[in-house]
Amino acid sequence: MNMHSLILRTAGHFLLPLLLLFSVFLLLRGHDEPGGGFIGGLVAAAAIVLYLFSMDIRSARKVLRVDPRDLLGAGMVLAVVSALPAAFLGQAFFTAQWWEFTAPVFGEIKLSTVLIFDIGVYLVVIGSVLTIMLNLAEAED
Amino acid sequence: MNMSVALPVIIPLLAGALSVMFWRSHFAQRALGVLGTGAMLAATVWLLMETWEHGHVVMEMGSWPAPFGIVLVSDMLAAIMVVLTGIIGFATALYSLSGIGKMSEKFGYYPLLHLLLAGVNGAFLTGDIFNLYVWFEVMLVASFALLILGGERSQMEGAIKYVTLNLLSSMIFLTAIGLTYGLTGTLNMADIGDKLSTVEDTGLITVIAMLYLVAFGVKAAAFPFFFWLPASYHTPKVAVSALFAGLLTKVGVYALFRVFTLIFNQDVDYTHEILLWVAAATMLTGVLGAAAHYEFRRILSFHIISQIGYMIMGLALFTPLALVGGVFYIMHHIIVKANLFLISGITFVMKGTHELKHMGGIYRTNPMLGVLFLIPALSLAGLPPLSGFFAKFIIIRAGIEAEAYWVVAVALVVGLLTLYSMIKIWAEVFWKAQPEGVEGELRDVSSGPMIWMWVPVIMLALMTVAIGLYGEPIYQMAAMSAEQLLDPSQYIEAVLGDSRQ
Repeated sequence: MNMHSLILRTAGHFLLPLLLLFSVFLLLRGHDEPGGGFIGGLVAAAAIVLYLFSMDIRSARKVLRVDPRDLLGAGMVLAVVSALPAAFLGQAFFTAQWWEFTAPVFGEIKLSTVLIFDIGVYLVVIGSVLTIMLNLAEAED
Repeated sequence: MNMSVALPVIIPLLAGALSVMFWRSHFAQRALGVLGTGAMLAATVWLLMETWEHGHVVMEMGSWPAPFGIVLVSDMLAAIMVVLTGIIGFATALYSLSGIGKMSEKFGYYPLLHLLLAGVNGAFLTGDIFNLYVWFEVMLVASFALLILGGERSQMEGAIKYVTLNLLSSMIFLTAIGLTYGLTGTLNMADIGDKLSTVEDTGLITVIAMLYLVAFGVKAAAFPFFFWLPASYHTPKVAVSALFAGLLTKVGVYALFRVFTLIFNQDVDYTHEILLWVAAATMLTGVLGAAAHYEFRRILSFHIISQIGYMIMGLALFTPLALVGGVFYIMHHIIVKANLFLISGITFVMKGTHELKHMGGIYRTNPMLGVLFLIPALSLAGLPPLSGFFAKFIIIRAGIEAEAYWVVAVALVVGLLTLYSMIKIWAEVFWKAQPEGVEGELRDVSSGPMIWMWVPVIMLALMTVAIGLYGEPIYQMAAMSAEQLLDPSQYIEAVLGDSRQ
């Protein structure tokens, strides 16, 4: 699966952290503006896939550190769990809960169950895309 | 806020997510399978009791008010269907303990099982027509993956037919939703029902109604869209085909019941007349197809089709008694049909084949299994005092009262032919001598993990007998659901309530 291209390899090394950062930016931005867990997850998965193309399957698994199926499972659990807090407060499932507070450096921070759901989606997308891609890459080898 | 209406969807979703998380451990997945479906069964029973008490249980998801947000609504029909899903889900999870195969478990059998159950429950409980489409898709994805677990050639062939036709039906469904939205400007089913009663152009409504009929007819395997079912249901693992046989087509039937009582009740003479013809043709083709086959699960698959006909007949006659019969029939059928498929799994383990010609003599070596087969088989054929007798009796009586004699005649003939089919299986598999050149029993089915195959079979057989002997509470529930179905204003009032002026 090695392309043996110096340009691609060098670019892959530099682009991986940038794309991952960008994916987190998209994830958090999705709170109020265009973006969100789904598109963020796709960008993150694309970053890993680019790395896979420029290097090989083993280093791609190494840079990911965890099995993509674990990401899939954790993401699904997060997404479902984010529906539950509302129930304990006597509201309908999936009703958004907000926590606002001010932190010294960041200023006002708003956290919510919506964000937890979005992180869940983010992980599910990365997990499922990479499960497919890594398996395909391995099947080819 | 009443939580009971959302739990039947949330619990399988959570159990499914957890079993993906613990994908390395077979033990954890099996435990989650039993615990998750068990908890779901408990939640569905709770929902049934709540619905029995209050009539309707409604929850606006995310606190977005109807008709703008998605609502979950449980009326008596939905609650009954959800309980049946709980029963079949739990039975399947227990049955799977006997060994669904390490490969299947590795490729996500349990997460898919939970996802399928969540999809089925979601479809029963949602009060939003587009959300219904989404749950159908969830079901379709999960069922497609379950269908090809194992990856045999015949499975792929069956799965392709299954997916192609179901995708086609989804497209038609989506088109119908688009037209409905264009006409009424809402997707909430109660709101649609409410708005359509004031629309003048009944011709267009009838056209949309026919689109829904085709879309749900494919899902329910009604005539003439049934052919995907016998092409695919005999190919997957037995536990999977029992789950499909019990639940999937009934979601289509449920959707027909829902839209043709709540939404399309303007031109009953026209739409329900067509339904009646569909019902009769479905009954006949199903039972004739079964008569021609000699493969255990194929025969059972064709009988699903013919039984669907009885349910649609209950809807088509559209009298209180007929709807009671239709709902009663669904309850009886789901339990009996899933059980027959599970039994075919036990005989498969014994003989290593589903071909009737190569089986035989099981009654001599294992009379207990013979009796356990006869209970659901004779119930399916409608012999008293089993559950099927009362289900057929109510429907046929409703047919006579509605003076639809020809459809009653069809139903009676089909009942007789069903008996013929069941006796054929009985004679070939259990009664006749072991054919020469065939091994006796390949595997012992009364020890080790194989015990788990018997538990759900006995459980479901006892239910069949219980419905027959103590049918009164079941009849009361069916009667209440029929009364609600015939008076859609109750449903509309429960969902929209004070948001209407």
